Amino acid sequence: MIILYDYELSGNCYKVRLLLSMLNVSYEKKAIEFYPAAEHKTDAFLSINALGQLPVIQTGDLTINDSHAILVYLARQYDKSDTWFPISDPVRLAQVTQWMCFADSLTSSASSARLVNGFFYDLDGEACRQEAHRLFRIFDEHLWFNEREDHLWVVPGKTPTIADLACFAYVVLSEEGGISRMDYPAIRRWTDRVKRLAGFVVMPGVFPAGPGPVHVLPANDTFPSAGTAEA
Amino acid sequence: MTQCSDPVALALWHPIAAIEDIPADGKQKTQLLGEVLHYRKMDDTRVSVHHGDRKLPVTLAYGYVWTCLGTPERDLFDLPEYAESDRRNVCAATVGVNVSAPRAVENFLDMGHFPFVHTGILGAEPHTEVREYQVNVDTERDEILATECLFYQPQAAAGSSGGVMSDYIYRVPHPYCAVLYKSCPTDESRLDVIALFLQSVDEENIRAHALVSVIDTQSSDLDIRMFQQNIFSQDKPILENQLPKRLPLDPRAETPIRADKSAIAYRRWLRTKGLQYGVLAAAA
Ligand SMILES: N[C@@H](CCC(=O)N[C@@H](CS)C(=O)NCC(=O)O)C(=O)O
Ligand SMILES: [Fe+2]
Repeated sequence: MIILYDYELSGNCYKVRLLLSMLNVSYEKKAIEFYPAAEHKTDAFLSINALGQLPVIQTGDLTINDSHAILVYLARQYDKSDTWFPISDPVRLAQVTQWMCFADSLTSSASSARLVNGFFYDLDGEACRQEAHRLFRIFDEHLWFNEREDHLWVVPGKTPTIADLACFAYVVLSEEGGISRMDYPAIRRWTDRVKRLAGFVVMPGVFPAGPGPVHVLPANDTFPSAGTAEA
Repeated sequence: MTQCSDPVALALWHPIAAIEDIPADGKQKTQLLGEVLHYRKMDDTRVSVHHGDRKLPVTLAYGYVWTCLGTPERDLFDLPEYAESDRRNVCAATVGVNVSAPRAVENFLDMGHFPFVHTGILGAEPHTEVREYQVNVDTERDEILATECLFYQPQAAAGSSGGVMSDYIYRVPHPYCAVLYKSCPTDESRLDVIALFLQSVDEENIRAHALVSVIDTQSSDLDIRMFQQNIFSQDKPILENQLPKRLPLDPRAETPIRADKSAIAYRRWLRTKGLQYGVLAAAA
């Protein structure tokens, strides 16, 4: 059984919960209170991840930290369709990696602005917002050009990749950091598409898509759950 | 930052932090009514609060530090349940929300939003009806009381094991604080207490502090805290999208639907008090 060290309000943990749900993998959550208890900085948690960051997963003797590393692991381990992390295509694989790095820059901008507003971090909120808007403009333009080629996801191709989930979390939570998405129509259309993926789950602050079709992906809806995947 | 000139708000006790969240040493910083405050834990029973060089009055109550920027007009309201020996008192959450304190109080009083905002927890469709309930102003204690509130809840508390009709009583004993009493899932003869203590960072920003005081021997403190933090985080985007961010006190802004009955009483009560901070005053 996979154990996810999780904080319900964390966007980085949310990325992992999304993929687990979309791949239909069962897991157990262990709540770590990020705010106000700062449980991720306690000795007990530092012995699990010396960086003092969430999320972390454990399965058997294996411990993996960093949301994107976890997404890679889960996709390789449980996605039999090989679409979420397309290793056989060097170009798309590079693009997935590139956009996951981009997602990390959202953690240090859009997410940080949210930490200032909602969790009282002593950071420069205005600077974080400015940087987030710069990144959102780049992202919006990228998605807009993709749409013109009928590519609906972050990385051109028929199916979404883990880069979509990596980027989704702090984009969709941006309003909590005072970053409006009003000026980014392609981003808004894309968040709506992600919300329509089969297995999509919400978190506090994220609302489900309005009425409309669910986007079922080929062959990722009938996967065996974690305990039986190797059987 | 505009200075607060509202004598009503200046004379109130305001919460600024959970006592247990204050580090043992070091000066902490927060903001109240637009003013930067510093506070420090002296020991487990003493906290000092300063506004610049000025030492402010302090009350430690219900797990939180309370202070006053003017001269306190009265003692902090009573919450006798806090002292009951078999209760779990948990400082469950402190959440920043970009809204005025009165908007947050009003949302707290409104059961109508449960099925839509706290779906599957505090409410669920099709159980959306808010039944007739009573609202009174207790003039002696100077507080609002809403009673006989009844609502279907799939998971009423951290310790729930299934759906129930929950009884609610609401108290508004302070312009920026509200207390609810609800059926206790583990003991029919008692009521669980959830208190919302709002810190007005400025007129349109708050820190929402929650005290949970329950009869529950099963749930861990962490369970209780995470339950409450999830509920608060579901309210946050709803509150942040309300416009205007300050609560309009003009009587013409009132719409006569039943779920609003306590809101109407609350707005009236604020009008009578002459409160100005965090509201849009009624046109004269
Ligand atoms: N690169 C890491 C960043 C994780 C991260 O920033 N996690 C936050 C919670 S959302 C955290 O634990 N922050 C504490 C810290 O960085 O000290 C990842 O993607 O998992
Ligand atoms: Fe709510």
